[in-house]
Amino acid sequence: MSTPFLSLRDLKVHFSTEDGIVKAVDGLSFDLEKGKTLGIVGESGSGKSVTNMAILGLHDPRNTTMDGEILLEGKELISASESELEKLRGNKMSMIFQDALASLSPYHTIGAQIAETYRKHTGASKKEARARAIEMLRRVGIPQPDVRVDDYPHQFSGGMRQRAMIAMALVCDPELLIADEPTTALDVTVQAQIMDLLKDLQQEFGTAIIFITHDLGVIADIADDVLVMYGGRCVERGTKKQVLSAPEHPYTLGLLNSMPSLDGPVDVPLSPIPGSPPSLLNPPSGCRFHPRCAFAEKVTDGRCSSERPKLEVAEGRGSACHLTVEQKRELFSDYAATRHN
Amino acid sequence: MSNTNPLLDVSGLTKHFPIKGGFPIRRTVGAVQAVDGLDFQVAEGESLGLVGESGCGKSTTGRLITRLLEPTGGKITYRGQDITHADRKGLAPIRSEIQMIFQDPYASLNPRQTVGKIISGPMEINGINPEGGREKRVRELLEIVGLNPEHYNRFPHEFSGGQRQRIGVARALALEPKLIVADEPVSALDVSIQAQVVNLLQKVQRELGIAFVFIAHDLAVVRHFSQRVAVMYLGKIVEIADRDDLYDNPRHPYTRALLSAVPEATVDAEPRERIRLVGDVPSPINPPSGCRFRTRCWKATEKCATEAPPLVQAEGNKPGHLTACHYPETADTVPAPRLSKDPEAAA
Repeated sequence: MSTPFLSLRDLKVHFSTEDGIVKAVDGLSFDLEKGKTLGIVGESGSGKSVTNMAILGLHDPRNTTMDGEILLEGKELISASESELEKLRGNKMSMIFQDALASLSPYHTIGAQIAETYRKHTGASKKEARARAIEMLRRVGIPQPDVRVDDYPHQFSGGMRQRAMIAMALVCDPELLIADEPTTALDVTVQAQIMDLLKDLQQEFGTAIIFITHDLGVIADIADDVLVMYGGRCVERGTKKQVLSAPEHPYTLGLLNSMPSLDGPVDVPLSPIPGSPPSLLNPPSGCRFHPRCAFAEKVTDGRCSSERPKLEVAEGRGSACHLTVEQKRELFSDYAATRHN
Repeated sequence: MSNTNPLLDVSGLTKHFPIKGGFPIRRTVGAVQAVDGLDFQVAEGESLGLVGESGCGKSTTGRLITRLLEPTGGKITYRGQDITHADRKGLAPIRSEIQMIFQDPYASLNPRQTVGKIISGPMEINGINPEGGREKRVRELLEIVGLNPEHYNRFPHEFSGGQRQRIGVARALALEPKLIVADEPVSALDVSIQAQVVNLLQKVQRELGIAFVFIAHDLAVVRHFSQRVAVMYLGKIVEIADRDDLYDNPRHPYTRALLSAVPEATVDAEPRERIRLVGDVPSPINPPSGCRFRTRCWKATEKCATEAPPLVQAEGNKPGHLTACHYPETADTVPAPRLSKDPEAAA
């Protein structure tokens, strides 16, 4: 088997804080191939952003301990030096953030910010870089790119800023694009435009995308594979179809059930997941989801609270739960009935 | 609904925020037309959803109804009483009947006050002394919203986001209001928590018979919560109808586009084609002439640029289903929201 493009092996990211050690990511593994989109879903504090900052090497080494392996085309990134990472960031891998206004410098024109990245990595002249910036703005669908290239971020609308961010992230034709909730701050009609744009660009350049979101609807639209995170761990993974239409983890099931839909039944209460997400300073023992899990008592010997369920992955599909396959089939069957009638 | 006296009657409601500029004397050089001529009613115990994208004026509308903002024009009638320009004194008795729930559960609770103090605040201000004392009432309220009454003496930082939003709900309920304006009450919460709060609001609305104006951008949440829904675009209502009429038979092109843009977490269904709107919402400082949606609409003609479409019961609409469009969509083409439309061909 050839080496995957990006590979995480048992990644652990721990932060030391005044109150103790926060285990933000606690043993995460996945592979990603070129031209594919991996959707990472989870609630706030589930470790999805921390994982991706770790891939880019953006954590402060003074209070962060990282363990495990991050391999980009076989090259180990955790032990890589800052200067090696600098060569990769913006060039081979880049990132789009949620809040475009906060991620762009208000004192520099959009064009200058795009050109800067390009010049740094290719050594192009100012003139070439400017032409490239205009070209990128055209590609992401900014009208009149040769005029707007000299605009400042505040002159752009929310959707246009997000497009400019995408242009900046893609200026060096990166092979890995990490999109951290890129559409969360946008309206639905603009969100739809941005997702189409990302899909088109991916098809054109064969970029591998990691798409972080809390919205399962967005996942259904854009991802090939899905990884569900809870409390710093992966609880379930598989193809989009597997995870969304036949979830194997009670948390995924709970998420799907708690979402109101446009064509589901109304006048019945939603089925929320009780309780709130765990504190990572002092996470629950065993399965981190067990205090909120509706099925925890179905597992004998209290294993849910004493023993960490293993994530068994076969052909990219797996879940970390003590319930047996038969139990799940029986307990989860109601779900299909309520959701797809 | 309109034959009985509505709880709240809004007609021609307008709010323009002046823009000051110039030197040395700052003059009014323009206006942000945040809300421009709204007409709607809310019946007693009814929940009306207000949806739209950012900048469409839905929050401004909420603040006008609660009279946190002074309307520029139009009329707000609450239980037959004109409160459009009522002063502090005139509003005093009404303030206790109209309450508000805010979006950000972190910013809307005073961090220096205990939960007990926060929730009893409205009673103190209005000089209300319930039977058994305010503390007893606060404990009851905590119980209603699903919090532990023992947490009376805790501070907001000791609670999670969802729990804080429950505190906000308890505070809004303290004066037994008749109308609650909830401005994006669940959009700051995680999905699993969001459902808890939606259920709580629904329980409150049904069991206590409180009318709601539910402001949100999430169409699925609004569908779940509201009996009637108004869709806003750039300061105007473009369509208003009973929930099922609106979601099953949207007549305004914008409503259709909005519904079709909502990503849904299903992969089994046929991949639905979507209406893709091009461009962004225009500036409310200088909105398009005629129909404000025409710059992004695939059906726009000359007429749309010159003549603003009135909000009327379009042909084939059920009573109470009003649409502001010269060329309303027809139902028999493709049922929404799984409708199809090629945006490129249309543009």
